[in-house]
Amino acid sequence: MFGSLLILLLILSVAGFYLGRRKAFVVAGGKRSQLHSRPLYHGLYVAALVGIPTLLLSLIWIFLQRPVIDALLLQSLDPKAIAGLSVSELSLLKSQIKSVAQGAIFGDPKPIVVEAAERLTHWRVIANWAMVATCIAIGLFVLIATRSKIARLFRARERVEHVLDLLMIAASVLAILTTFGIVVSLTIESLRFFDRVPFLEFVFGLNWEPQIPIREGQVTGGGAFGAIPVYVGTFLIALIAMLVAIPIGLMAAIYLSEYASKKMRAIVKPLLEILAGIPTVVYGFFAVLIVAPAMRSFGAMLGVEIAPNSALAAGAVMGIMLIPFISSFSDDAISAVPRSLREGAYGLGATKSETIIDVLLPAALPGIASGILLAVSRAIGETMIVVMAAGIIATLTFNPLSPVTTVTVQIVTLLIGDSEFDNPKTLAAFALGLTLFLLTLALNVLALRIVRKYREQYD
Amino acid sequence: MNMNVETPKEPVDAMTFQLPEELQVKVKTRDVNVHYGEKQALFDINLDVPANHVVSLIGPSGCGKSTYLRCLNRMNDIIDIARVSGKIELDGLDIYDKNIDVVELRARVGMVFQKPNPFPKSIFDNVAYGPRIHGLADNKTELEEIVVTSLQKAGLFDEVKDRLKDSGTGLSGGQQQRLCIARAIATRPEVILMDEPASALDPIATAVIEELIDELRQNFTIIIVTHSMQQAARISQYTAFFHLGYLVEVGDTEQIFTNPVDRRTQDYITGRFG
Repeated sequence: MFGSLLILLLILSVAGFYLGRRKAFVVAGGKRSQLHSRPLYHGLYVAALVGIPTLLLSLIWIFLQRPVIDALLLQSLDPKAIAGLSVSELSLLKSQIKSVAQGAIFGDPKPIVVEAAERLTHWRVIANWAMVATCIAIGLFVLIATRSKIARLFRARERVEHVLDLLMIAASVLAILTTFGIVVSLTIESLRFFDRVPFLEFVFGLNWEPQIPIREGQVTGGGAFGAIPVYVGTFLIALIAMLVAIPIGLMAAIYLSEYASKKMRAIVKPLLEILAGIPTVVYGFFAVLIVAPAMRSFGAMLGVEIAPNSALAAGAVMGIMLIPFISSFSDDAISAVPRSLREGAYGLGATKSETIIDVLLPAALPGIASGILLAVSRAIGETMIVVMAAGIIATLTFNPLSPVTTVTVQIVTLLIGDSEFDNPKTLAAFALGLTLFLLTLALNVLALRIVRKYREQYD
Repeated sequence: MNMNVETPKEPVDAMTFQLPEELQVKVKTRDVNVHYGEKQALFDINLDVPANHVVSLIGPSGCGKSTYLRCLNRMNDIIDIARVSGKIELDGLDIYDKNIDVVELRARVGMVFQKPNPFPKSIFDNVAYGPRIHGLADNKTELEEIVVTSLQKAGLFDEVKDRLKDSGTGLSGGQQQRLCIARAIATRPEVILMDEPASALDPIATAVIEELIDELRQNFTIIIVTHSMQQAARISQYTAFFHLGYLVEVGDTEQIFTNPVDRRTQDYITGRFG
């Protein structure tokens, strides 16, 4: 029903567009220059006024329809039949009525349920038709009213621009609201977690053993929720990844933008960007099956013990994955440095490498920094490679050769399996998510600050 | 552009003009041809530039005067498709010889560009850059001295002496261009090439730059490309007129502007084309 209403409204506003435009032609009497706004704008004005409010109205209608009908349904039930029912029993009755109304009949429903289901179906039909009728009527009314407003000096263009303004504001507000919603839901669940586990233990605790007994007598860990080891693991792996990705990515970018011939660049650049297209799970295989064993045997040659799940293997492979982020951003930034700056340096007798280090890199710094920033966020948020290659046991260590775990891995392991959403193990995932979000946010803000500071100096 | 001027079938022999005997030739150009890919940009250029003088290169857009200028410090090397043939000598040294160190050449032949292009560094570091990479100063005091004298010679020191640590890009257009001139003279070049150095500046800033060029002539040989014929007349002792890749006429600036030999030169300076 709603789908067909949308199509009807679309048809109505398209009709509004053509009618409005036609009217403008007629009003102009063949002399388009006499109009304040071009006929296109008159058409768009009518279309916008017909389409947007009716669409909003129908959306609001849909949202309100269900609670209103539910309330009516409850009132229509025989008070004697529902007397003494608890809240959950009432809601069970309600969903029983609804499923009967949808034709899903299990067993032998009570007559009161069947009767109510019929009423429900009836009301729904009425409500739907009322919605369609109201929206179409309003749409038609608006169409006629706005069309009659079209005149030679009617400022349709200004109004259309205004509508566009509002649409764009709505789009950005929507994005902000979504973020806000995510933060709020994370916060609420985290607060429930902090009811059970003290905040200070979570933030400063050095022991992470989230496995708690879910039935009597089960042998598990004690249920310690100190997040420090998890965060240390995350940053250790991210650090290793950046140590791999930044130098290689930056040097690749410098080669591509300054040294490579056009032909070479046309081949190398797309090849490099293929790296960004490889699914992370494939990188995970690569880390587990090739890199980690190779490192292990290399370590054995040197007499160094390297764990089969090591931060080094996961971080190194993640670093390789991030090379294209950094190289591609940096390459664009370096290529965008004006030729005049390059020539200025060459003109003073600077060599190619002096020009790159002293002039091009500083001038390209904001672009390079945003590439690195993006890569860091990816490194912190990356899950699959770490799940496969780094391990899930949280040990507090800065040794890259030992297994560590990360925030994202812990969130995955905490939420996998049949746990209820009211024990600390599951809720811990939300607390981890919230702190991770806050940390990356802080990192972003900090990096933006730095970039802005340099940009003032380097523009 | 009025094209009733036919392309010369034979290059005009600009060599008919002889510099006075007593002048020392700083830059000597013989039969220079430049190609950009398939297209030939310069045809058999012959030109002598005397030391401690200002030589203007004039001509309509696309006539090759900037191309010629960029041959003198081998700036065309940066452009992949550019090919230079012929002979250019700096104090008798063939600058296209394969043993020439381009970096050293560019330290001797400085350049100032059309658009001011200060580096994204502080004013001090902009001027100190050349001396630093060429090792011209042995210690900090010497470096500071070079920076201060260069800024003074460029007529900028009094305006920026309190903010040498500020970014060079924060200066006004005219100040930026004088900063670029200071940067160029800080490497103590012998020749300074200027590619329309005042074309992006307002008349007041232009006047300052022109005055500066006249003073710089004491210590440097200056070759300047300009679109303003008044500017050429004001600042240069010799003028060369380029047209469609040919060097049409060279002479005393006064003679070129009052009594040109070639009809194309006359057409250009009287504003009939270009």
